[in-house]
Amino acid sequence: METDLNSQDRKDLDKFIKFFALKTVQVIVQARLGEKICTRSSSSPTGSDWFNLAIKDIPEVTHEAKKALAGQLPAVGRSMCVEISLKTSEGDSMELEIWCLEMNEKCDKEIKVSYTVYNRLSLLLKSLLAITRVTPAYRLSRKQGHEYVILYRIYFGEVQLNGLGEGFQTVRVGTVGTPVGTITLSCAYRINLAFMSTRQFERTPPIMGIIIDHFVDRPYPSSSPMHPCNYRTAGEDTGVIYPSVEDSQEVCTTSFSTSPPSQPAALGVGSADLAYPVVFAAGLNATHPHQLMVPGKEGGVPLASNQPVHGAQADQERLATCTPSDGTHCAATPSSSEDTETVSNSSEGRASPHDVLETIFVRKVGAFVNKPINQVTLTSLDIPFAMFAPKNLELEDTDPMVNPPDSPQTESPLQGSLHSDGSSGGSSGNTHDDFVMIDFKPAFSKDDILPMDLGTFYREFQNPPQLSSLSIDIGAQSMAEDLDSLPEKLAVHEKNVREFDAFVETLQ
Amino acid sequence: MNCRSEVLEVSVEGRQVEEAMLAVLHTVLLHRSTGKFHYKKEGTYSIGTVGTQDVDCDFIDFTYVRVSSEELDRALRKVDALRNSGGDGLGQMSLEFYQKKKSRWPFSDECIPWEVWTVKVHVVALATEQERQICREKVGEKLCEKIINIVEVMNRHEYLPKMPTQSEVDNVFDTGLRDVQPYLYKISFQITDALGTSVTTTMRRLIKDTLAL
Repeated sequence: METDLNSQDRKDLDKFIKFFALKTVQVIVQARLGEKICTRSSSSPTGSDWFNLAIKDIPEVTHEAKKALAGQLPAVGRSMCVEISLKTSEGDSMELEIWCLEMNEKCDKEIKVSYTVYNRLSLLLKSLLAITRVTPAYRLSRKQGHEYVILYRIYFGEVQLNGLGEGFQTVRVGTVGTPVGTITLSCAYRINLAFMSTRQFERTPPIMGIIIDHFVDRPYPSSSPMHPCNYRTAGEDTGVIYPSVEDSQEVCTTSFSTSPPSQPAALGVGSADLAYPVVFAAGLNATHPHQLMVPGKEGGVPLASNQPVHGAQADQERLATCTPSDGTHCAATPSSSEDTETVSNSSEGRASPHDVLETIFVRKVGAFVNKPINQVTLTSLDIPFAMFAPKNLELEDTDPMVNPPDSPQTESPLQGSLHSDGSSGGSSGNTHDDFVMIDFKPAFSKDDILPMDLGTFYREFQNPPQLSSLSIDIGAQSMAEDLDSLPEKLAVHEKNVREFDAFVETLQ
Repeated sequence: MNCRSEVLEVSVEGRQVEEAMLAVLHTVLLHRSTGKFHYKKEGTYSIGTVGTQDVDCDFIDFTYVRVSSEELDRALRKVDALRNSGGDGLGQMSLEFYQKKKSRWPFSDECIPWEVWTVKVHVVALATEQERQICREKVGEKLCEKIINIVEVMNRHEYLPKMPTQSEVDNVFDTGLRDVQPYLYKISFQITDALGTSVTTTMRRLIKDTLAL
């Protein structure tokens, strides 16, 4: 929007804006160098101190700024941005701040360029000096060193705030009206420094790069390279990474997802989609050996059967499978879950060390409902808490844990008829619906309303993995060691009898 | 002309009072100081350069920027009230920018304030080191907010005295410092003890009553 600004004023204004932009970049970058800045006042004016402020010019920074500006000036839709980011020694980086120098169309035609605008720009630079020490990144930058460094990048064009994470805050440094538009200087800064909190406590390289905006695509790939802010290599102490202002202590836990939240069953879902061939090798450890669930699948849970298990192989991956055969009923576990079926049958598994790895797919069905379910593979016998079972692996008919007395199951000889023909396990066409599952309905809870209700929770955590100390092989050994060391421990404690007595005295 | 008034409130521990006050004072004065004026012929003048300096606080997790002028820093630190704070109490400090208006003899010059910054300080006493550590961080965050408030006010570009001619410069600026030139200012304070009575107002009342006789 052109005004009747005379040419001299126009030239002056352009010059003021240009040098203001350059000085802004200098102030911001110097504030992130990691050291205290000190410049001297001078009563005699020097020709080179723009805006009557002693701001040193780091040549590299000026060069970068001029390169970004490329002879242009901030205008409407063309902002000058300085991006401050943090980069760890492991190579992860995170954007901390974006400083924006923008121009909008609101003009102040009455204002005097050479005097008022100049002084107000000077005031704005002073404000910038104050504000750069106040945002969270300042304290981070003061502690940069071996563990991380602060980088800057200058770009010109549209402001890109995507890399700042959720909930970033903005602070406006100030505005100056000019005859050609209003200059605004502001800062958007990240407040969610959860990434930093994680790194603070991890000393080993992370398995997953846990960065907040790791999966966020930058809409505009940054064309300009990042530059370190440690222009003067100050030997900053590494120190502890300064806790974020917001003190967000979000700990990143990489936990195995045991199961997805149960979702309404889709009865018509083709089993092929849900099948998830899982191969187990001996000795493979998983968090939940009894149930392996594929996240995101609806209601169905693939169970991979494993080697037939004798008691001795307790520490292997084991999955209980449904193996009804020979009239022995399929005993549902107490969980009797809608999603999973972990049943065991001793006789079958013992007999045949099948190495068949197939998946079972179990649908969520209502209680006492005969619905076609996917094939149930009969392979190994695996009973929970086999360690406590008698060695002859008597059927767990009498084991109340496995066979709840009230379960009205109808057994059917599924063996042979339900063998899946392939590894994909759940092919359709299984019309044998003799196997009845009991819908587990815990008291006072409602099903099918919440994604994760009490019943689901109970089912999921019904079959915890075996405690390693309870496994016979390893457990027995460690127990023996413990017993052996007992006399030594007793001797030590006897020596300290007096201390213990004194302690007890203080408690009374 | 109306005087612009801004109020800031902070809660600090006893030993943080001085630094918190200095942080606020210096930030305001940074914005209200210029370089030294050098008047030339024909009414023009040139302005000196103002340098800046980062100051780390010892008792607060905070860094502020001040004008690089030892004289100014000394003048501010001389304010004893900054240090006198024992136990719980409420204190109030005012930084007033004013203009002098010359009057005829025998009347003294009139001081007309055009901007007053009031900082209310509430002093708390903390018992444990852990509380003090938390206080360090919390007060640091609070001061960050105060700085942002100050900057917001400064950038409203409201009334400022006109740039004076050479003869008038002492009515607007404090020209006594060697390296910078702040607007004329004065600092006053009130300390209220825990009972809530203001020492200054009590004294003032006594004096007035005496003079009225």
